[in-house]
Amino acid sequence: MAAQTPYEILGVKPTATADEIRKAYRKLAKQLHPDLNPGKPEAEARFKSVSAAYDLLSDPEKRGRYDRGEIDESGAERPRYSYRPHAEGAEGWRYQPEGQMDLNDLEDLFAAFGSGDRGGRGRGGAGFGERLRMRGQDRHFTLTVDFAEAAKGDKKRLSLSPDEWLDVTIPAGIEDRQVLRLRGKGSPGIGGGETGDALIEVHIAPHPLFRRDGNNIRIELPVSLAEAVLGARVAVPTVTGPVTMTIPKGSDSGAVLRLRGKGIQRATRPGDQLVTLKVIIGHPKDPELTEFLEKWASSHPFDARREMPQP
Amino acid sequence: MIALDEVLNRLHGLDRSELGRWVENRWVLAEQHGETLLFREVDVARIELILEIRHDFALDDEAVPLVLGLLDQVYQLRRQLRRLCDALASQPEELREAVSQALSPPSSG
Repeated sequence: MAAQTPYEILGVKPTATADEIRKAYRKLAKQLHPDLNPGKPEAEARFKSVSAAYDLLSDPEKRGRYDRGEIDESGAERPRYSYRPHAEGAEGWRYQPEGQMDLNDLEDLFAAFGSGDRGGRGRGGAGFGERLRMRGQDRHFTLTVDFAEAAKGDKKRLSLSPDEWLDVTIPAGIEDRQVLRLRGKGSPGIGGGETGDALIEVHIAPHPLFRRDGNNIRIELPVSLAEAVLGARVAVPTVTGPVTMTIPKGSDSGAVLRLRGKGIQRATRPGDQLVTLKVIIGHPKDPELTEFLEKWASSHPFDARREMPQP
Repeated sequence: MIALDEVLNRLHGLDRSELGRWVENRWVLAEQHGETLLFREVDVARIELILEIRHDFALDDEAVPLVLGLLDQVYQLRRQLRRLCDALASQPEELREAVSQALSPPSSG
């Protein structure tokens, strides 16, 4: 059973005047007052509810709030499912007007008001879009190239989607994380503003062999003891392909040989490749070698650490 | 998710067939789950809104979609405006001041 309304409790119509309400209350209060009804708990209970009803309806503000459904019979705030916080919150997109673009993007928003909207009267009466000239946003991308591509320069195609791409010219000698700017390849401008740029941050993948040193490229080349002492012609990898290099007779471990023009392939003056020799003994337990060195070392005293700095 | 019976329980003065018709008209969205309909909080709030429009403002079935359509547009604009304000709030003070300046009424003379 639904609870009685305060109007029902006082026996008046919802349209009753303040005077009618007061009269109805006084009449009931006289009948039901506990002092006049000792030992009648139901009278006492009704007296309480009549008092509460009168309390609510005699106060114009409370009565108004009750009538509007803002508070219940006891004066407590009625739970409201007010739509606004929902509509403006994260769930609100559920009731986005159909067939309208999703205005998530500022550019879309400006575009939506940009043409034919002449609502504005102020500032010369121009439409919003006509006043608003804005350069298109830059678009940011990253592109990873390998070491040789960065050293020699290359052309790469950056796919943005199955049917949109950017042709990017990688200049020879580009630095890791250098940003290339492609003018006019960004987002379109608004209201006649210029198109933004595409900004491409180029990452150079590390290489196990080559190491960059300015315009030069360094590598470490393992050579045998015999090649170092007797000299040899060996194949050496470079960014432009392998080349044959002469190791001079009597080269030491750590010696640096220069391959001119085999470094970073800059148009004006290409860098060099610097090859550091690293002698590998190969068979350090070879008995013949041991026998030879025992004889040889005794007649050739040598301190290999003589130029080592003091700690 | 809130089941249909729970919605009827929460909102006095709403009857089952009436709510069913609102869902059919797509004034409010619901998910069919077996025999019953399920609603989200936003849907229940919208049902109460429609209830107010229908009963308290005494608008008929013809007028309700018009009012809802306008309200949806207003709320979409308000969401968009909020995004714009949030974006503006995160800008450097200099820029915010420049925008504030541009928004202030032109001084006379």
